[in-house]
Amino acid sequence: MSALMPRHLVSIDDLDRDGIERVLDRAETFAEVSGREIKKVPALRGRTVVNLFYESSTRTLSSFELAAKRLSADVVSVRSAGSSVDKGESLKDTVRTLSAYDPAAIVIRSPHAGAAQLVARWTDAAVVNAGDGKHEHPTQALLDVFTLRRRFGSLDDLRIWIVGDVAHSRVARSDILAFARMGAAVTVCGPPTLIPRGIETLGCESSATLDGIEEADVVYVLRMQQERMTQAFVPSLREYADVYQIGPTRLSSGQVVMHPGPVNRGVELASATIDSDRALISEQVKAGVWVRMAVLYEMLVGSPVLAAVA
Amino acid sequence: MRSDRLFAPEADGADLLIRGAHVLDPRTGIDEPLDVLVRAGEIAELGPAHSLAAPEPLDVVDGSGRHLFPAFVDPHVHLRTPGQEHKETLETGTAAAAAGGYCAVVAMPNTDPVVDSVAVLGSLIELARRQARVPVGFLAAITRGLAGQELTEMAQLRDLGAIGFTDDGRPVVSAGVLRRALQYQRLCGGVVALHEEDPTLSQDGVMHEGAVSARLGVAGIPSLSESTMVARDGALALHEGARVHFQHLSCIESVRALTSLREQGAAVSGEATPHHLTLTDECVRTLDSRFKCNPPLRTDADRRAVLEALRSGVIECVATDHAPHAEHEKEVPFEQAPMGTTGLETAFAALYTDLVATGDLELSTLVERMSAGARLYGLAEPRIAVGEQANVCLVDLEAGFEVGAEGYVSRSANCAFHGRALRGRVLLTVAAGSVAFRRPMLVGVGTDGRLETAGRR
Repeated sequence: MSALMPRHLVSIDDLDRDGIERVLDRAETFAEVSGREIKKVPALRGRTVVNLFYESSTRTLSSFELAAKRLSADVVSVRSAGSSVDKGESLKDTVRTLSAYDPAAIVIRSPHAGAAQLVARWTDAAVVNAGDGKHEHPTQALLDVFTLRRRFGSLDDLRIWIVGDVAHSRVARSDILAFARMGAAVTVCGPPTLIPRGIETLGCESSATLDGIEEADVVYVLRMQQERMTQAFVPSLREYADVYQIGPTRLSSGQVVMHPGPVNRGVELASATIDSDRALISEQVKAGVWVRMAVLYEMLVGSPVLAAVA
Repeated sequence: MRSDRLFAPEADGADLLIRGAHVLDPRTGIDEPLDVLVRAGEIAELGPAHSLAAPEPLDVVDGSGRHLFPAFVDPHVHLRTPGQEHKETLETGTAAAAAGGYCAVVAMPNTDPVVDSVAVLGSLIELARRQARVPVGFLAAITRGLAGQELTEMAQLRDLGAIGFTDDGRPVVSAGVLRRALQYQRLCGGVVALHEEDPTLSQDGVMHEGAVSARLGVAGIPSLSESTMVARDGALALHEGARVHFQHLSCIESVRALTSLREQGAAVSGEATPHHLTLTDECVRTLDSRFKCNPPLRTDADRRAVLEALRSGVIECVATDHAPHAEHEKEVPFEQAPMGTTGLETAFAALYTDLVATGDLELSTLVERMSAGARLYGLAEPRIAVGEQANVCLVDLEAGFEVGAEGYVSRSANCAFHGRALRGRVLLTVAAGSVAFRRPMLVGVGTDGRLETAGRR
């Protein structure tokens, strides 16, 4: 029995383990398509995908655009700068306006938690959360799981450390949930000021130091943002790098390193680590297009849909 | 409960016979079915059920199977007037109060402009004398513009009719400024009511800091941001011998701080809201902005501690913190939405359904706490006794309803209980001797002394 797909992908919690496997299996077929000279399939011909991005984004937006185009959809990307959003239009009115074009899917990136859920209330289109505030980024988690499954065959019993600014990371939250669901043991590690109280309830352990990181099979490094210093979360980036930077000497043999990008070279990751063959960062980017193709395909073409069954 | 600090239009008192309702007044000890005769707005006679004759012409209300309580007093509402009349007006807010069984409310000064001058307070008093459906009292600001820097002209504001002072919506961050206000209280009197929050701890938080905020990735407000300020300001009150009231207490740490202050002899009191007594941060998992309020909904352990404090009397009264917001203001992502929930129309039913019907709280305790805010602010409490001004509400405890299904009397619909099935419906409210609210289904005008009701459930 094939897994059910949700009507909307707002949270990684919308997918059970079978659902995740189904998306990843589909992504493998699109990986194969992407190896061909003509990388396009007609699955969404005549249908429209709207990318509504309220935050600047390079890789997420470009990979969603490319994913929809390779599925032959008509694609409209709306960025907040220069749009009616700039003129004070509410999220609700923007979504209503775009929905009048009868899109099959709306992909939404917002600086605010819960934005994707709200959009789902106001449109008939399938809604894909491309990052809402510090809440979730489910397609990033799917591409991370895809990358790890390709590398290790399975995430069962894999030991994964997520290092850095967990408090402000939507990637961390979706990854903790997805990795744990796929059978991995997750530890989050970072300055105590940047590890939220109660994070363990998501199904991970937490650590203030890198002690014990040698046990990890995977070190997933988060982006450390400049403004965290001015907010007094950490005294300086120099001290942060001194304590938490993942450099070549911190890694033991066989460990791989991941990062959601964009990287601050010399802060959370040493240059040598980024450029080494342990880094799966380019694999993550490549997987981004395949996995987002798979998400759009499974939600818009694949069946059955959860809501239709319920 | 007449008071020269409550304002409403002059009105002829009602003539009314409420027949056969189970009268429950914890203050007078009445707990039995009675006939209650109201003449010219005063309780003229109490008699055994169905014993009193109805002199004509008289309005007769069938109370059988229903309960008659002293009407409720809400020490904490936001009427949004002046300046934000699109959320609520003095008239709609007091009409919502009447529909919830309230005979008096105390309005907060965080309006636009702020109630920090004699001119603004005077105009509000005039407005209340024209529009109020139930009597309204006003708290004036402690500091000009709620900025936490300079004291308002507290003595003049008191002379004009302010019940007390608060910067509600904001804490008085400076201990030094608050200390001056407490010293000045010796001159002008009036309770100083405090919204307790240390902004260096709450920062940009939008919900309780805990497992749910960790899951959602939204900034949390730790319980400590409230409880440390309760402890600080309680110490100031002790030192200055001042009278301080803590608004909307939400967490176990604050209950402990209040308990300790009481034991030391501080003249401090506290209030709790229906939403903090019945809901928790688990509600916020859906990121529904109706559950965004300040202080935030906290954990079930906090909820139970606040409930136990209300039961034991450490927290003396229920306050709704009725905080209306327009639909378009709340219909935005959670982090952007303004804080607050309406509460006047649902307070009793929510507490009855979730606490009394479940056996967690005695009905008589709830009824007492629903009007105890009056005493804390130096107002007379409503009492059901011959010679008292009639301030009563008739409630059908068995009547169920879906919150919001028939709309709201309040101008705003941002109710944390929206869509909930609740029991305990207010049918009639008599405030300051006048009928302030009557649910349409209860017609009951009978010149022949007989009951006439329509659509009774």
